[in-house]
Amino acid sequence: MRQRVSDTDFLGLFLWLVRAAIIVLIFWGSVATILDNPYSSRQWIDFAVFGVAQGSLYALIAMGYTLVYGVLFIINFAHGEFYMSGVFTSTVFVAIPLSQSGFLNQHPVWGLLIIMLVASTVSIGIALLTERIAYRPLRKAPRLVPLITAIGASFFWQYFFRGLFGSDKVPFPEVEPLKGTMMILGIEILKRQVVVIIASVIMLIGLYIFVMRTKTGKAMRAVAEDKDVAALMGINVDRVIVVTFATGAALAGSAGVLYALLFTQVDFFMGFFPGIKAFTAAVLGGIGSIPGAALGGLFLGIVESVGPTLFLEGLGIPASYQLKDVIAFTMLVLVLIFRPQGILGERLSETKA
Amino acid sequence: MKRTVLFVVLLLGLAMVLAACGGAEYECTDAIGCVTYAPGDPIRIASSLVISGPNTELGLDSQHGVEIAIDFRGQILGHDVELQAEDDGCNAEGGQTSATKITSDPTIIAIVGTSCSGAGVPASAIAAAAGYPLVSPSNTAPSLTDPETHESTYMRTAHNDKVQGRAMAQFATEVLGVTTAAAIHDGDPYTEGLARVFADSFEEMGGTIVAFEAVGPNDTDMKPVLTKISAAGPPEFLYYPVFIAAGAFITTQSREVAGLEDTILAGADGMQSPSFLENAGAAAEGMYLSGPDLGFGNDLYTRFLATYQEKYGTEPTAPFHAHAYDAAWIIFDAIEKVAVQDDDGTLHIGRKALVDELLSTSGFEGITGTITCDAYGDCADPKISVSQVEGSDFVPVWP
Repeated sequence: MRQRVSDTDFLGLFLWLVRAAIIVLIFWGSVATILDNPYSSRQWIDFAVFGVAQGSLYALIAMGYTLVYGVLFIINFAHGEFYMSGVFTSTVFVAIPLSQSGFLNQHPVWGLLIIMLVASTVSIGIALLTERIAYRPLRKAPRLVPLITAIGASFFWQYFFRGLFGSDKVPFPEVEPLKGTMMILGIEILKRQVVVIIASVIMLIGLYIFVMRTKTGKAMRAVAEDKDVAALMGINVDRVIVVTFATGAALAGSAGVLYALLFTQVDFFMGFFPGIKAFTAAVLGGIGSIPGAALGGLFLGIVESVGPTLFLEGLGIPASYQLKDVIAFTMLVLVLIFRPQGILGERLSETKA
Repeated sequence: MKRTVLFVVLLLGLAMVLAACGGAEYECTDAIGCVTYAPGDPIRIASSLVISGPNTELGLDSQHGVEIAIDFRGQILGHDVELQAEDDGCNAEGGQTSATKITSDPTIIAIVGTSCSGAGVPASAIAAAAGYPLVSPSNTAPSLTDPETHESTYMRTAHNDKVQGRAMAQFATEVLGVTTAAAIHDGDPYTEGLARVFADSFEEMGGTIVAFEAVGPNDTDMKPVLTKISAAGPPEFLYYPVFIAAGAFITTQSREVAGLEDTILAGADGMQSPSFLENAGAAAEGMYLSGPDLGFGNDLYTRFLATYQEKYGTEPTAPFHAHAYDAAWIIFDAIEKVAVQDDDGTLHIGRKALVDELLSTSGFEGITGTITCDAYGDCADPKISVSQVEGSDFVPVWP
């Protein structure tokens, strides 16, 4: 017993030291960068805007992780593939023909909505297939089992789409009316980024209303609370789970189109990194929580964009942007060590996992 | 137990008798070992080139070069040549996997590869440990043939980036007359080496490097790093010798970052392919790319191009097909020189002898020029040219 107490103390001290060291490093780096400030405020704002645009995409994808986790308590690592499948299919079959016929440039709003609709539909289809084949038969299995099938499903879809459309990068058409920049509150922002940010915010608010205000949303929350009791109250649990997957996949499909609009390239591997980043965002904000995932996504996007310059440059680290993934995943590790429940969410290690 | 012993003794006896009967047989004295091809068996070589993913065009183009070399050569000492094509994936993992797979096959005598320097680093170590010669048509990273880091069986027919990076710096200062530049690499040995040589040469020639940055090979959002570069200068000239995906992202996004709208963009041979132009779109117009000078101007190249067109129905898609042809050809020549042939046509090739023969290649006239290997495997006759993007073409502008 005594042995254990002193162990805990030692570990506690060590963790406290790690925490202190990281805070000192971040503080030191930031102060050094700011004192030496080679950037104008305009450039700092640019960094932040890039971060918000990227972060709102992470937030949209993170919703899929958080919804599915909330209801089923599994980490759906195939979610990045739902995101890729929709936009890849939609680019090849819808976006490129629409652009060639000139429709996309004449009616950019309708064009993008159609592309998004097709992308979301494909993503939903892939998600439901995955749920039916890879997850539902394992619903009663230990929690590690669906995690493994999720990774298997992820690889399956990646290489399925590679077989379908090839391994080349496919250029997403440029939308003429969305080229260039516009002024918002005295800040010059790329029009495409404005579209991405606004569309993401609308979708996130829509999702929140859907979960909090509709009957289906209420059923989802009930199933998340307790599946057995929800079933006793006459809720069709299978149907609610299907709706949950479909909702997450629809958001992922739309996020894919916004990504393609922003970066103009799609390929079969495009879901992998955003998938992992969005998972990080979901854990950061508190997995299972919708506002948490949104906050986590934005936070991650901004840290990735501002962090290398702010923290690392002051420490004298050259070519710091190469290390932006290191910052993102260091944050994931830190959150898991020091605040496993995330910024707003529930504790992963105790309540459910 | 006794029976087993008896059986083993009998077996040994039988083996001795058999060995005595074939008394005139070839005895391998090679330090690494020999490969024997029975009459009628093909001589087997392997390729480890990038034949999947966004850089497929680079590797497939080289593979076609090797295949044409096999066609042109026909039989070697009465044996056909057979190619086993593997994928280097253009990354370290792919280089390791393909080299391990190839060197576990004892019937393969030599390897043409790898496409990418990042794959070349582990592949050259594995090939050297197994004693397989590895001749690369397109690795250009300086570290691969550096006396400190060179692996004993490695050589290349592509130029060393010490030449290419310097050529681009010379073009920028002398022809374009720019005085400030920035460079971006993605951490891969090829891109980092090239960016480093360019930056050093540019400063040596009197220019100023305002920023030397790096991104990750899978990054998509380049605007933060570009904004940072813009804040540091902005430079007149931006050099990013990376691969197709990251190159296209930097090209399109640089036009959207304040301060970089009119910066002259430049890259290197890793992006010199139609797929890059398709993804970068209009933003690539006017951009400069360095690469091997393909104006070889010999009859062999004319014949090669005609065969390429006929066989694959397309123009070459990347700049290293001729280097691959030459790489295969020096392997064939070396095999012919060191192979020992029995009366019945059986071929014995010593691995060490083959490597030594290849490394002592001298004055060989190939498509790409006169190939002479130094002790560290640099065999190329390096000629660099700079092309400019005009519509969907790379138009040579220098020298």
